[in-house]
Amino acid sequence: MKQMPIALKGTPQGLLLKPQAQSWDVILNALEYALQDTADFFRGGRVILELEGHTFTEDDLIALRDLLERHEMELWVVLGVDEATQRLVRAHGIRTRLPGTATPAAEIGTPETIFARRTLRSGQRLNTPGDVTLLGDVNPGAEVIAGGNIVIWGRARGVLHAGAMGDETTVVCALDLNPAQLRIAGVISRAPEQRRRHPQPEVARIEDGVIIARPWTAKG
Amino acid sequence: MRGKIITISSGKGGVGKTTVTANLGLGLALLGQRVICMDADIGLRNLDVMLGLENRIVYDIINVVEGRCTLPQALVRDKRLRTLRLLPAAQTRDKSAITEADMDRIAHQAAEIADYVIIDSPAGIEHGFRYAVKPADLVLIVTNPEVAAVRDADRVIGLLEADGHVPARLIINRLKPALVRRNEMLDANSVVDLLAIGLIGIVPEDVGILAAGNRGRPVVLDEKSVAGQVFRNIARRLQGEDVPFLPLKAPSFLKRLFGAY
Repeated sequence: MKQMPIALKGTPQGLLLKPQAQSWDVILNALEYALQDTADFFRGGRVILELEGHTFTEDDLIALRDLLERHEMELWVVLGVDEATQRLVRAHGIRTRLPGTATPAAEIGTPETIFARRTLRSGQRLNTPGDVTLLGDVNPGAEVIAGGNIVIWGRARGVLHAGAMGDETTVVCALDLNPAQLRIAGVISRAPEQRRRHPQPEVARIEDGVIIARPWTAKG
Repeated sequence: MRGKIITISSGKGGVGKTTVTANLGLGLALLGQRVICMDADIGLRNLDVMLGLENRIVYDIINVVEGRCTLPQALVRDKRLRTLRLLPAAQTRDKSAITEADMDRIAHQAAEIADYVIIDSPAGIEHGFRYAVKPADLVLIVTNPEVAAVRDADRVIGLLEADGHVPARLIINRLKPALVRRNEMLDANSVVDLLAIGLIGIVPEDVGILAAGNRGRPVVLDEKSVAGQVFRNIARRLQGEDVPFLPLKAPSFLKRLFGAY
């Protein structure tokens, strides 16, 4: 798959933004585009920018901050910049270090993690930057959209979107995985037209740029 | 003690809400209950036609809302069963003429003088649906064994769950056992499985229902009709009786062959 100009990932502290492209214009354009699609989702959120070897000027910083503010988001932390840039960032009232050390989101429930025990009916929607665990069915016409992974202990018939902020490593699991549409990050797949007689638990993930569902066994 | 208020709803149109309202209203009246059927589909009035009471209407529900008449004055008594009365919708107005509070007040007022108030909800999930379910003690969701109708029923159940905790039961209408057997129609089990609410009746497809509705003489009054028996059974279940479900069988080949003659 083509490398995306940016990667967005929900974390317990905030939305993690990692530029992949070199050109700052390309990065800002991609971010603007991503936020247009998901503006409601992120509104009021805090952003952690992780630069990892990118060069970064004061103009770049201001342009990014203004863009985020237009979407009612706050540039909160900038990580991975040299000493001089850190001073520049701090001069704008932005942190250069995350407060405290948190346990990785993958291991514990975060405030953005949803655990629900009900039938998700047509027209209803679960929406979170974190992971979703649902004890119940996702009926046709319902939607689950998660920044992280989705686990359905039941029948999945509606629309499921894991890694909604671009995380291609997320998975979708269900006891009976037969959604109208399954999306992981930017990859979309439809369920096979033929309904299976004897559904078995499956886990879906991206392999070589396409979504593949395999039996969901103890090894996951 | 005030009577029970039951709203018949579906989301999708054309699944048989009005038919169910008319038949259950008469079915409960046959059991000696005092019943008031309310047509909440303002502007698209049908229940009076189905009950064969169209030409007896003097006042309607909007007249009651606007204080032009009292509730008892607007009620039309059934010509066959004297314990059934109809509160007709207005045909010349629309749904904006009535608020949730109006509906709530009138339904509860009706429940003071009846054992059952049955409200025929308009299709859709907008204002008409909202005011029709507002006063309900119980909502009966009518659906057909087809994907679109079940999807809409699911949506309605979701709205009811989100709104509060009024109990809901399911009526599957127009089931064709022959099609189910050939895998061409959803069977009752898959519908109940998906919607995950209690089933209170399965009404088989029956041309008699349509003809009876057109004549203003609902099938529940027909002793020999299977669909009529189903509605009488649902009425008894509403009364709290434990009535077993009728076995629904497709007519055999021979019966189909000779039944026509």
